[in-house]
Amino acid sequence: MTTTTAPITLPADWRDFLALTKPRVMTLVVFTGLCGMLAAPVPIHPILGFTAILCIALGAGAAGALNQWYEADLDAKMKRTQGRPLPAGRMERQSALHFGVGLACFSLALMYFAINLAATLILAVSILFYVFVYTIWLKRRTPQNIVIGGAAGAFPPLIGWAAATGDVALLPMLLFALIFLWTPPHFWALALFVKTDYANAGVPMLPVVAGERTTRTQIGLYTLPMVAAAIAPWPLGLTGPIYGWAAVALSAVFFAFAVQVARRTSLPDDAMLPEKRLFKYSILYLFLMFGALVVDRWLA
Amino acid sequence: MTDIDQTEVIRARQRSRARVMALLLGAFVILVFAISIVKIQIGHSG
Repeated sequence: MTTTTAPITLPADWRDFLALTKPRVMTLVVFTGLCGMLAAPVPIHPILGFTAILCIALGAGAAGALNQWYEADLDAKMKRTQGRPLPAGRMERQSALHFGVGLACFSLALMYFAINLAATLILAVSILFYVFVYTIWLKRRTPQNIVIGGAAGAFPPLIGWAAATGDVALLPMLLFALIFLWTPPHFWALALFVKTDYANAGVPMLPVVAGERTTRTQIGLYTLPMVAAAIAPWPLGLTGPIYGWAAVALSAVFFAFAVQVARRTSLPDDAMLPEKRLFKYSILYLFLMFGALVVDRWLA
Repeated sequence: MTDIDQTEVIRARQRSRARVMALLLGAFVILVFAISIVKIQIGHSG
């Protein structure tokens, strides 16, 4: 039987709420946070360690949800993101906002009551930085968006370390610097092969605003301090040779891929294979670097 | 889609969300209990 009554709004599926938290991005956040915790000189009880990592994951999920709430219009214009719950019309914007704010408050409250104030404050800064500084302030205004905004993704090792020790030290700060300096080459490699998508959406990514040549040069230039930050813990005596040699070898490969991207010029209908290879390797690189750090700490 | 079909879809989604929420709340209760035990242990040993 059909009637002419107003259409009933479907409640969003729980899978759509899960999709709001950007689970794939969360993997790297959780892994670097866990490694920061395991690299700390003070052991943490497994239950408390699990809780701290859960809080980092929930905080990252909250930031992701608020990012999608604010950027629903942008996401609708890009192929890569138009299937997300908000642009696809599977969820109301207000639901995403409530979910994001609620999850952020919950993660901070749990971190404070179960872990400590230092980890809570750093987690709060990382969520606020991602939402207000990166998403709302920088992303639509400047090609430096992912350079400064990259700091938001660099906080997890600091939070993991602070959860175990109650404070921060030089090693987690170098890990912060590593992720901070890794972000521009990682995202600009991606931006080089999805440039049209960003241009259509009006996002001022570097290849759109300054062109491909400048972007390639900047990828090469940012790789140098990134490699320095990656290797620095070894000569400073903060890690042993396992991490040191792994950092040298993995960074040498990163550098070689980055130089290849920096020196080439794309042709019409270019498959952008070196750029795609650098992007994929950059993710593997961070996983392996943090894995090597934990192995080094455990075997030391 | 008819109103009856739509009502079915709404009820199915509400049921599935309620089940997930119940699981999460149950997990949260267990987690808080475990955290409390650990904190008490740390308090006794510290």
